[in-house]
Amino acid sequence: MENNTIVELKNIRKEFPGVVALDNVNMRIRAGAVHALVGENGAGKSTLMKILSGTYANYEGKVLVDGREVHMKSEKDAFRNGISIVAQELNCVPELTVAENLFLGREPVMNGVFLDKKQRRKRTEELLLMLGLDYKATDKVESLSVAKRQMLEILKAISRNSRVIIMDEPTSALTSAETVVFFRKVKELKEQGIAFVFISHRLEEVFELCDEYTVLRDGKWIDSGLLADVDQEKLISLMVGRDIQDIYPPIGGHTDEVTLEVRGLGDGNVFRDVSFTIRKGEILGFAGMMGAGRSEIARGVFGMDRVKEGEILIDGVKQSFQSAKDAIRSGVAMVTEDRGTYGLVGVRSIRENVKLPNSDLFTEKGFWRNREAAAAVEKICGKLSVKAPDMDTLVETLSGGNQQKVVLAKWLIRNVKVLILDEPTRGIDIGAKQEIYNLITELAKNGMAILLISSDMPEVLSMSHRIAVISQGRINGILDREEATQEKIMKIIVEAGE
Amino acid sequence: MKKSDGKIMLGKLYRKYGIVIIFAALFIASAIINRNFLKPQNLINILLQISVVTIIACGETMLIVSGMIDLSAGLVCTTAMCLSAGVLVSTGNVFLAGLTGLMVGIASGWINGFLITRFKLQPFIATLAMTNVLKGIVQLYTNGQSIGGVDKIRFLGQGRILGIPVPVIIMIVIVLLTAVLMKQTSFGTYIYAIGGSEKAAVASGVNVNRIKRIIFTLSGALTGLAGVVLMARLMAGMPSVGEGYEFDAITAVIVGGTSFLGGIGTVTGTLIGSIIVGLINNILNLLHISTQYQLIVKGVLIAGAVIIDIQTKDSKA
Repeated sequence: MENNTIVELKNIRKEFPGVVALDNVNMRIRAGAVHALVGENGAGKSTLMKILSGTYANYEGKVLVDGREVHMKSEKDAFRNGISIVAQELNCVPELTVAENLFLGREPVMNGVFLDKKQRRKRTEELLLMLGLDYKATDKVESLSVAKRQMLEILKAISRNSRVIIMDEPTSALTSAETVVFFRKVKELKEQGIAFVFISHRLEEVFELCDEYTVLRDGKWIDSGLLADVDQEKLISLMVGRDIQDIYPPIGGHTDEVTLEVRGLGDGNVFRDVSFTIRKGEILGFAGMMGAGRSEIARGVFGMDRVKEGEILIDGVKQSFQSAKDAIRSGVAMVTEDRGTYGLVGVRSIRENVKLPNSDLFTEKGFWRNREAAAAVEKICGKLSVKAPDMDTLVETLSGGNQQKVVLAKWLIRNVKVLILDEPTRGIDIGAKQEIYNLITELAKNGMAILLISSDMPEVLSMSHRIAVISQGRINGILDREEATQEKIMKIIVEAGE
Repeated sequence: MKKSDGKIMLGKLYRKYGIVIIFAALFIASAIINRNFLKPQNLINILLQISVVTIIACGETMLIVSGMIDLSAGLVCTTAMCLSAGVLVSTGNVFLAGLTGLMVGIASGWINGFLITRFKLQPFIATLAMTNVLKGIVQLYTNGQSIGGVDKIRFLGQGRILGIPVPVIIMIVIVLLTAVLMKQTSFGTYIYAIGGSEKAAVASGVNVNRIKRIIFTLSGALTGLAGVVLMARLMAGMPSVGEGYEFDAITAVIVGGTSFLGGIGTVTGTLIGSIIVGLINNILNLLHISTQYQLIVKGVLIAGAVIIDIQTKDSKA
């Protein structure tokens, strides 16, 4: 068992001013295995991997490669030791071709000056062939899907003769189908003796792909072992440090009174003929693949995108939303998919972010009623237990879970009848997820009509009264909670595609 | 846990106190170099010298905070100055002359905003185009000659109230009004939100295009006003003066701690930034250093301030 160890991390300690990010952490990475590095946000996973990939040169403890101690001072040092990292944000230039990207910064050269394009193309084609990838060396990267770009990054790592490839949340932007293909490739490479480190929030994927695990919590090493010896519940309890019987609360009942009715909605492009209702206190789930049109439908209902046909009724009254502003004034709110881009203004404070969509409540002739607004913001953030020193804290400094609570605070400060949640728990840790589930349940109990869009199947199954299955811009079936299963949903999606 | 925590701290410190420290240091240095510096008359003169540019800079602050810029401000100022001088000479009506200057600013600001929101032109391009159009208009209107005989408006440029020059009073009032607008109104909050994340502003129900047009129109009005004040100070409409004022204004805004990346900045910072530029000019004048060197110093200053801005802002926070 010892002999196939490539990298060993021993007693790693890393301090940032005022914070101990890692303390006494150990990890052993073996050839031909996928090693899951798991833990909540802020557990120190990324910090550990940045030490291993040479980004952080200052640390205590030992890094052994092939049993020999090395101290890597840059990414280049790491490459030389056969270690590559595939970052969460992909580092390719969309305007360049596959071959150009692959050899960026180390182009083959003829006569010491001229670019050897033939050589570059030949080597690229060899690599593509080796991995069985079906795209061409001359394809522009911008024409490739996210999944294919992800493979390109791995290809880049392999072309550098990497033996250890670190992947930080590689599937967060992939569809289920793409993830399957991606995992197959990773497994093939594993068979060839390459070691992978896999960081992911999705535990189902961890169990599907990985062989071993290491759990970090609050910068400390908690446990390592074979995944075959643990189950998901055990792993979660190691991550959060307490037992979680069920992270989903019981969602309770709902009334028969219809709050939102959508009839034949279409935007003339992505979706068409979309009809559904949500009753007072009901949670309607939108299940489907990424790109099925779920977010587009939600944005249409919210007035952010123009719709071409169909009707939206709230409490039986027909609405015509020209913009998000109209929808907001009519009691519709939307927590958008991408917190960083659409949900929050990172460089501004919590207070300003919460006030932003609520000028109708807290202004008089255009002037803020500052004291009243500040008190209301303080109250709602307290209710949602937003953890921050004060309301002047910039939202970009908050954790993902707290940022999501600020987004919710923006809307819950007002009288919302219909709340649209687009992937509300993506990229936040389990503790914060659970708080958000409890909150959703409570809001529904208090009579809000909720539309929950989620790619996380267990989440959408557990948190919805009914589930609408969306594919290719249409609702292809609405299942009741009792009858809905993952298999039934997939079956509807597959049949709709035929 | 972020590696740039230290840097962010430094950036905050600079935004909060850095400019005040630089301001204090320059002030003390000036007082040492020149015995006359601390005389009220000299201090008031410095404020008088920066008044026109600071009024323009108030508009540029709103634009830069919201992620835009106006390169045509200098020429808008020139055009307002010349046209209002012309109207004053031909009608003899001070009110009409002032109104003309304001309208020149409002019209060009609105057109800039319209081009940017309706046709999605980059502010850089739209206002560059506007600069050339206005240059042509000014040349056609004045034939390259100064327009004199505007004595009626003397009070606006030369007058004093309680010993303080009228342009300085106008500047202070404009700074205060802009500060209230940016900090106390929902419009102000939208300015910051659009600059911080335009998409988040849209998703929060902000009519971004409308707000952008208002910012440009308002900024244009301030620049028009600056043109009228400039005309009253020079007692003429001069087609060769005003060009380059946009850069002085932008320098004041950036030195004053406003982020070129948008979403951060205050108009009080801009006022201090403008005074810093004024003090530097004052020192260089006192040391008999020629204007060519002054330009070099200004260039270095603007690059330095932007370097600090970028270095201290963590793009991936």
